Amino acid sequence: MTFPNAAALAGPELILAISALAMLAWGAFQARTTTLFTAAAVATLILASVAAAFGPHGRAFSGGLIADAGSALAKVVIYLASATAIPLGERWFARRGMARFEFPILVLLAALGMGMMVSAGDLISLYVSIELQSLALYILAAFHKDDEKSSEAGLKYFVLGALSSGILLYGASLVYGFAGSTRFEVIATAMSHGAGLGALFGLVFVIAGIAFKVSAAPFHMWTPDVYEGAPTPVVGFFAGAPKLAAMVLLARVLSQAFGDSVGQWRQILVVMALLSVAIGAFAGLAQSNLKRLWAYSSIAGIGYALVGLAAGGASGIQSMLMFMVLYVVDVTGFFACLAALSRGGKPMESIADFAGLVKERPALAISMTVFALSGIGLPPISGLWGKYYVFKAAAGAGLAPVAVAALVGSVVAAFYYLRLIKVMWLDPSPGVTDAPPMEARLVTYGAALFALPVVLIALIYLDPLAQAAAVALSAR
Amino acid sequence: MTGILSLTTYAPLIGVAAILLLRLVGKGDEARAALAARWIALATTLATFALSILLVMSFDRTQSGFQFTEDAVWFSGLHYHMGVDGISVLFLLLTAFLMPICILASWKSIETRVIEYMIAFLVLESLVIGVFCALDLLVFYLFFEAQLIPMFLIIGIWGGKNRIYAAFKFFLYTLLGSVLMLAAVLAMISIAHTASIPELMRYHFAPGVQVWLWLAFFASFAVKMPMWPVHTWLPDAHVEAPTAGSVILAGILIKMGGYGFMRFSLPMFPIASHQFAPLIYALSAIAIVYTSLVAFRQTDMKKLIAYSSVAHMGFVTMGIFSGTLQGEQGALFQMLSHGVISGALFLCVGVVYDRMHTREIAFYGGVVNRMPIYAAVFMLFTMGNVGLPGTSGFVGEILTLTGTYGASTWTAIIASSGVILSAVYALTLYRRIVFGELTNPALATIGDMGGREMLVFAPLILATLVLGFQPGLVFSFTNASTVHLVDAFRAATGK
Repeated sequence: MTFPNAAALAGPELILAISALAMLAWGAFQARTTTLFTAAAVATLILASVAAAFGPHGRAFSGGLIADAGSALAKVVIYLASATAIPLGERWFARRGMARFEFPILVLLAALGMGMMVSAGDLISLYVSIELQSLALYILAAFHKDDEKSSEAGLKYFVLGALSSGILLYGASLVYGFAGSTRFEVIATAMSHGAGLGALFGLVFVIAGIAFKVSAAPFHMWTPDVYEGAPTPVVGFFAGAPKLAAMVLLARVLSQAFGDSVGQWRQILVVMALLSVAIGAFAGLAQSNLKRLWAYSSIAGIGYALVGLAAGGASGIQSMLMFMVLYVVDVTGFFACLAALSRGGKPMESIADFAGLVKERPALAISMTVFALSGIGLPPISGLWGKYYVFKAAAGAGLAPVAVAALVGSVVAAFYYLRLIKVMWLDPSPGVTDAPPMEARLVTYGAALFALPVVLIALIYLDPLAQAAAVALSAR
Repeated sequence: MTGILSLTTYAPLIGVAAILLLRLVGKGDEARAALAARWIALATTLATFALSILLVMSFDRTQSGFQFTEDAVWFSGLHYHMGVDGISVLFLLLTAFLMPICILASWKSIETRVIEYMIAFLVLESLVIGVFCALDLLVFYLFFEAQLIPMFLIIGIWGGKNRIYAAFKFFLYTLLGSVLMLAAVLAMISIAHTASIPELMRYHFAPGVQVWLWLAFFASFAVKMPMWPVHTWLPDAHVEAPTAGSVILAGILIKMGGYGFMRFSLPMFPIASHQFAPLIYALSAIAIVYTSLVAFRQTDMKKLIAYSSVAHMGFVTMGIFSGTLQGEQGALFQMLSHGVISGALFLCVGVVYDRMHTREIAFYGGVVNRMPIYAAVFMLFTMGNVGLPGTSGFVGEILTLTGTYGASTWTAIIASSGVILSAVYALTLYRRIVFGELTNPALATIGDMGGREMLVFAPLILATLVLGFQPGLVFSFTNASTVHLVDAFRAATGK
């Protein structure tokens, strides 16, 4: 493969990398206004998503980078979610007098890492891309540097994240040792007669490392603390896109490198999925802080996505993709709404703060209600459709008991979502809320409108896209 | 006439849009906006009723299949597929009939958040009509499940003292039942590779699979119905809900359980239905006898009527799973009649509750001295609840009992004691509230029913008597479809 071809396949990555570096250099000399950086970063991400959507498909750099329908869909969603996060975060920090030009650049670098994750075709690019993404996110979590909790969140995220990277790397080295190559397709050939004990050992470590990144139980411990401490718009960012990226990466590793060992890895995924749903549902009941609550909600959400992945095959991956894409929109909207609300300058983060919100801010309260109902999975809101795909795939793959168990878990979780709705609709308001900022409001309304009426039309277009993506991701 | 089903289904949403639009334009004046919302809601529900009458008039009674069908491809193998047959068309009419009554009944009694209230009711109407029209399994699920949202808010916002508890209980009970149904729906789609209800009726699921699917659907419909022993949410929900909420709950929402049994359990899983029939008989008999006795011991008027609903639904489940023509016809009739009568009884409670703000039976007594018209109206519906010949209550009970007698004699014998028991509790309630001396001084100034209230009751009285004297009117609609249902059931079970 010639260099121009490879460069075309890596188009989105090149756009992001070059412009991030250029902005960094520019910022070193002129860093008074962050608005310009924000605009440039958003434009870059939109450009990159166009390049990802319409770029050529193929393999570059000896199979280390794969551009296919799967990576294209994931990249478009990831880049657009990142583009939403930049103005949200930049304005949020600016209102606190700490706007810095590094913020958009870090988001760009994280997006670059995530884009490489979904395109990774061998263990090296897998590891490097995860690290690029994670390092940027560690810093973002601690970006509110005068805030103790934010620093704590960043440190916690970093220490545990570094540990999981070590586990991942150890697993990758085992796999390499037993397969003789880092490339997924070569690993698949080596494992075509069934993976040996050593290679499976390695696979378990790789899965554990990625499970940490998506905060699937039992590797979820960091999530509530980090979500609680990190700046709200940043949480909205890393609760969505990075998880989509890691799930797509996991799907690719499992089906392209270990597709013949479905029987082995399915057990692991099923156990993790059920644990995640149970922990997300039961531990969420005891939370009074909404950011912590949504951390548990996201743990349960990853559990559902893992059920879909465990179903295996193109339909399983398609269900996971549908679930994650819809989930990214929901979670972005939810945290945007949280970022929009404050009372007397203090952010509203506990459930009790939301009392009577429907009188105070009807539009935001209705949006919040939509996100909560979507979490329960009530029709016809987007959350139901994620579950529809996941459980249909599970039922088709003979995992019906798992699907039933996960659905029953969702009834337990329904209680805490309902409690939030009850507080907003039925309780009296304790006082006037501050005027919500424009950009956070717009993102909230956009996500809520997508979750309720728009999704019913959008699914018609999303369904074939996700199907093509799943076929590409499961093909060897 | 294609498109009329969608038009009827979504007509209430046009009202919602109008209310919202008016709210956005005319900001400020709360009272005027509330009044406008009331009128818009009434006009919309009346228009929907007119549409449903048009639908029923042009319904071909000789056909057993689905009519007015609409079918459009959606995504991932799903279709937006609508249609009605003899089983569903009258439920649609009942819904559209009760809704304007509900709006009128809450005209004065709802004073807070009127706009939200009217929107919740209109959305609810749209969803309920959708349930009875849906011919795609998943579209059915959408309409069926989405009702939890407006109903949760109706009970939670405008309910009584203990409304939060009741709303949560209602929501979580129903949700648990319906997620199991969702699992079964997805399993059916992945086994049969279609979500179309008419096609699934023709599909033969393996007997072992049928058992699981039947149980999952049973979980949902038994809670909705509600059957003993999962009925405990109903008395709580009824007691706390506002009057119109109770009317909708008793009149229509719980009928979706029976409708579900007839639409899904019986035709799609006939072998499992046959196998589980003894279970249903036992639960129905317990429901009829036990909840009748429980009803007798209640001190709260609404709770008494709620328990009596559970008992009456026992006749319905018994009739449906008898698999006989009389059983099915009777069950359908009983559901329609109970929709009218129980709705009316809750409205009767509402009349005195609006005046005295208590539902304690002991508080009242001798009301006839001050409210003669009310006493007469209440008498008619009490008799209907007891099942007096000439009222609609009689026809359903006698038919379900006849139908069940052939299938399970013992069940029919035990269930027939329910007819006596219902007379015991209903007449006791009536005596304690209406007859006797007016001893409570608080009642001395209670006024009789006004013009609006009489307007509310007039159509219900008419419906009860017409159905009681002319039951054939209903059967002319339901006959073809139920005959088809029973024939298919017999063929599948080899009876």
